[in-house]
Amino acid sequence: MVVFSKNLIYSAMALLFTLMGVAGLYVFLWADFIAVTQILIYVGGILVLIIFGIMLTHRITNVRLSHSSIQQGVGGAIVLVIFLGLTSMILKAPWYRATAVEPQETVRQIGRLLMIDYLLPFEVASVLLLAALMGAALLSRKVD
Amino acid sequence: MVDLNSYLVIGALLFSLGLFGVITRRNGVAVLMGVELILNAANVNFIAFARFGGMDFSGHVFALFVIVMAAAEAAVALAIILNIFNNLGTINIDEADQLKQ
Repeated sequence: MVVFSKNLIYSAMALLFTLMGVAGLYVFLWADFIAVTQILIYVGGILVLIIFGIMLTHRITNVRLSHSSIQQGVGGAIVLVIFLGLTSMILKAPWYRATAVEPQETVRQIGRLLMIDYLLPFEVASVLLLAALMGAALLSRKVD
Repeated sequence: MVDLNSYLVIGALLFSLGLFGVITRRNGVAVLMGVELILNAANVNFIAFARFGGMDFSGHVFALFVIVMAAAEAAVALAIILNIFNNLGTINIDEADQLKQ
């Protein structure tokens, strides 16, 4: 639905439900903190940003929010081949399986890892966010 | 029986649909939605391996980093799309070819 719908607003709504579904998958995979983060950031942030983008880039008088796609046949064939290849690879590969027990306190473990083992990537990610925010503000500013 | 393979197939499906959106859509915002789908597919794989593949909480941390990166990418991409719209009056990415000779 996200990629097939003619109406861009419908695409955004379908993306909303897709993200909610992925958050549900995270809950089934014992990742409750990631699920909450997914809903907060994706649904609360990115999706609102995308809808803002849709609204801002269409004139108010232009009620036709639709848009066309190109070369759906060729693209669909390529993507289908890629998907079938990935699926056969997934089903054939001898994955390493570990027997895990259900964790009791995920947030504490994630915080410990972030602050001890992954401190440098954490800081780099914060600098990346700052740079992206400044860049976005600079880019979208009206030129004086 | 729901195990690692089913989650990986869901991830592959999400990735394929996102790739389809990226290569066939002509609207910049729609292409951005395809990129979000691809990043979500990567996240599903990370969490699935964290649950079944002995990756434990490193998978969760990497998924967090992917979410942070997606937020930054969405902000910058929307700024670029707004600029294209202001300069060219369209967000059809096929028409944004001013740099072409």
